[in-house]
Amino acid sequence: MSRNKGSLRRVKAMIIKEFFQIIRDPSSILISLILPLILLFLYGYGVSLDADHIKLGLVLEDTSPEAQSFSESLTNSRYFDVTIKRDRRSFTDDITRGDIRGLVVIPSYFSSFRHRQDNTAPIQVIADGSEPNTANFVQNYVLGAWLIWLQQQSYTEKLEGLPLVQSEPRFWYNEELESRNFLIPGSLALIMTLIGTLLTALVVAREWERGTMEALMSTPVSIVELLIGKLVPYFILGLCSMTMSVIVARLIYGIPYRGHWITLLLVSGVFLVAALALGLLISTLAKNQFVAAQASMVTAFLPAFILSGFIFEITSMPQAIQYLTYLLPARYFVASLQTLFLVGDVREVILPNTLAMLFLGILLFMLTARFTVKRLD
Amino acid sequence: MTEDLAVIRHLSKKFSPKSPPALQDINVVIPKGKIVGLAGPDGAGKTTLIRLMAGLLLPTDGSVTVAGFDTIKQPEEIHAIIGYMPQRFGLYEDLTVIQNLNLYADLRGVIGKERSDVFERLLNFTSLKTFVDRLAGRLSGGMKQKLGLACALIRKPSLLLLDEPSVGVDPISRRELWKMVHDLLADGISVLWSTAYLDEAEKCDSVILLNEGKLLYHGTPRELTQRMEGRSFLITNIAKNRRQVLSEALKEPNVMDGIIQGSSVRIVIKEVKTPPIALEKLDAGSEARIEPVPPRFEDAFVDILGGGPGGYSELAEKTPPIPYDEKPVIEADNLVRKFGSFVAVDHVSFKVKSGEIFGLLGPNGAGKSTTFRMMCGLLKPTAGSSFVSGMDLQVASSQARAQLGYMAQKFSLYGNLSVSQNLDFFSGIYSMEGKRRRQAIDEMIRIFSFTPYLDMSAESLPLGYKQRMALACSLMHKPHVLFLDEPTSGVDPITRREFWNHINGLVEKGVTIIVTTHFMDEAEYCDRIGLIYQSKLIEIGTPDELKKLAQTAENPSPTLEDAFIQLIEKHGRNNVPK
Repeated sequence: MSRNKGSLRRVKAMIIKEFFQIIRDPSSILISLILPLILLFLYGYGVSLDADHIKLGLVLEDTSPEAQSFSESLTNSRYFDVTIKRDRRSFTDDITRGDIRGLVVIPSYFSSFRHRQDNTAPIQVIADGSEPNTANFVQNYVLGAWLIWLQQQSYTEKLEGLPLVQSEPRFWYNEELESRNFLIPGSLALIMTLIGTLLTALVVAREWERGTMEALMSTPVSIVELLIGKLVPYFILGLCSMTMSVIVARLIYGIPYRGHWITLLLVSGVFLVAALALGLLISTLAKNQFVAAQASMVTAFLPAFILSGFIFEITSMPQAIQYLTYLLPARYFVASLQTLFLVGDVREVILPNTLAMLFLGILLFMLTARFTVKRLD
Repeated sequence: MTEDLAVIRHLSKKFSPKSPPALQDINVVIPKGKIVGLAGPDGAGKTTLIRLMAGLLLPTDGSVTVAGFDTIKQPEEIHAIIGYMPQRFGLYEDLTVIQNLNLYADLRGVIGKERSDVFERLLNFTSLKTFVDRLAGRLSGGMKQKLGLACALIRKPSLLLLDEPSVGVDPISRRELWKMVHDLLADGISVLWSTAYLDEAEKCDSVILLNEGKLLYHGTPRELTQRMEGRSFLITNIAKNRRQVLSEALKEPNVMDGIIQGSSVRIVIKEVKTPPIALEKLDAGSEARIEPVPPRFEDAFVDILGGGPGGYSELAEKTPPIPYDEKPVIEADNLVRKFGSFVAVDHVSFKVKSGEIFGLLGPNGAGKSTTFRMMCGLLKPTAGSSFVSGMDLQVASSQARAQLGYMAQKFSLYGNLSVSQNLDFFSGIYSMEGKRRRQAIDEMIRIFSFTPYLDMSAESLPLGYKQRMALACSLMHKPHVLFLDEPTSGVDPITRREFWNHINGLVEKGVTIIVTTHFMDEAEYCDRIGLIYQSKLIEIGTPDELKKLAQTAENPSPTLEDAFIQLIEKHGRNNVPK
């Protein structure tokens, strides 16, 4: 009886202690408040998966009105920044240096296509294959521009060979195909991983390094009390950081949010529990800050970055890696966040994802409780 | 007949199957209301024994019971009745004094009226009352030590475990802590006090002496020193060179051990006889006298370990003599170093003559190593300048730097390179080549008997050999000036004597040596000492001059520690680091 009463007081004392430490420790503030802002800034402005303003070289060997009109359709496109020269050789150095990503050649015989048998006008597109992604963009966008121009030409000149089928693409949920609209919600998962796993593993490892853990363990405090004493403060810190990040995402970056706030809170809470459990598990196994940081990077941060579907599409990964992603709480969190922000409360997505996170969280906690003993060896 | 509070039976601890045991078949008891000293060099197993008693480690073999509770089966009961202060005190440095106390009071269930009474008593007891709102990290070493003790005492423990509470702390705080802990004994608290200072162990009710995991002695310190009765002597009024007298004395067959004590030489003989040794053989001058002195705990320790290492240094023999230089070899001129708002070194000036041993003595954090690093050109002074052999090392060429050797305080070898690889590497960075390099390496291997260790990685060496390696690497290029930063901290007394043999021998060849230490008895070896306290150099003098300052009618032959305390008090003891 008296032991239970003492238990509550001990947990409270641990939590208060932890809060004072968070306030006074610049590295906790850095990880929980400054780093999220930096990440949001990077994903808001810095990283873009859209092909905007690709540097393109255009060789105009032909100066006919048709060639001029096609070159205008390229220069007017928001996808390209076009430099025009007369001689293709003068671009060779630029493309080697990477100053331009692609080269379009409108040959001198371009406007004579009307006189050709097949009535087609040849152009040459050279892309910098050392960056395959951009090279693909160049090829496809130039092709697209080309087709549109052909269409317009056929309208204005009533040419034969009008395409029979026309597609009118529409994008749902992210109408403007803004990559930041799905990158920023995904980066929230990274931020939560940083606080839940990295910060927690670091602060516990620090207690080992400074010898305070040893002093704590020689007092009547129990392992469960110790764990709760670490869990609660960083849970609250994580939610605060999440709230801040969501506000910044909404107000400064104008990311849409279409779900309910309560759902977001619940989903984030469940993810945090799993992330914290992993952090505590790492810290019981790695008793110095360097190892703890490495372990959290490898087991939590990098997977959350690469394998969560935040940047790279999970369905396009090799089958074995796809199975691996099922073990990552971040995977479910990213899916839930992107749905909540861009679509709304879709029960069919949110519920199974949350349950999966909850299951992983409980599993990690059981492991932590099993591996943590009140002893040094 | 007193009751035993803690009983340790056939206790062994191995951390991995391959490594040698950290503790081997230890049988000791801790009586109720007594203070038991736990002494031995680093790596002897002191901390392991304390952690086993606190139930923080599981024994490989044997048992520990505290107040009838078994540490394996009933750790919770034991945690409720012990107070434990780990090394570095187990304090939260980013919490204030009162927040630290509150935390431990909550954890130990001391609440309400009881808490305010206990806090009142402990804050008075530790004189921390005016500092309750200060961050623990901003306290001086002595104050941290007292706060650590207060935290361990919040619920009056039956057994107080203190792991090296006084190492590196200034001598006043050391004495105060000692007195505070002694006051606890009257309340029936048992204390286990681990220490690397043997003079401290000597003052305990009983002592446990460990070396390399083995129990060398368990009993009262008196009983042990009594064995040495009539075997310790002091040779005073030495006319010429005391270092040569010591080295001559150690050649005598009846001399077991010898050290320098200021301008005198203290020896321990093997067999009691009169006269103990033939004084005239030592070339100590006609005025020299030999008189019996009371035995010390360290004499007995050396005796158990089989006697000192003799006085011969092949290292010194192989060193070519260095001509005497009229100008001071080392000069510090108003050195200042600030870290942020903290002044780590505050206008320190001194000069070291050619062929002299100069010691910087002071507690941890006083500024010794910072001064050292500035003089070696490793750290830029905020103000002031320093010269070694007439060069400013901040700007000197690497060729000029080859004149000096530096042995850092922390283990500075490549831990995962083998011993021979380390020797190769360090001879290489001093651009030694060909035959000369081979010769230097072979010499070091022979002098320090590295042969059995050549293929071992440096980090797996025993502590004494690590220190020997570090010394060897700093000496291979035969420097004229040697900087030694706490060269013998934590090593056993035999290894320490071996080190001082080399140092003494090198000085005789004209090498100039500057050394830092927080061991008072080690400072006795120096020609002159600078006392450093709270970033300031408070006094410079020969050991005897300094001791004379503390001489009073009640204390006719004060120790260097007495002198240090006297000087700190004179200097004005503002307890508060800025």
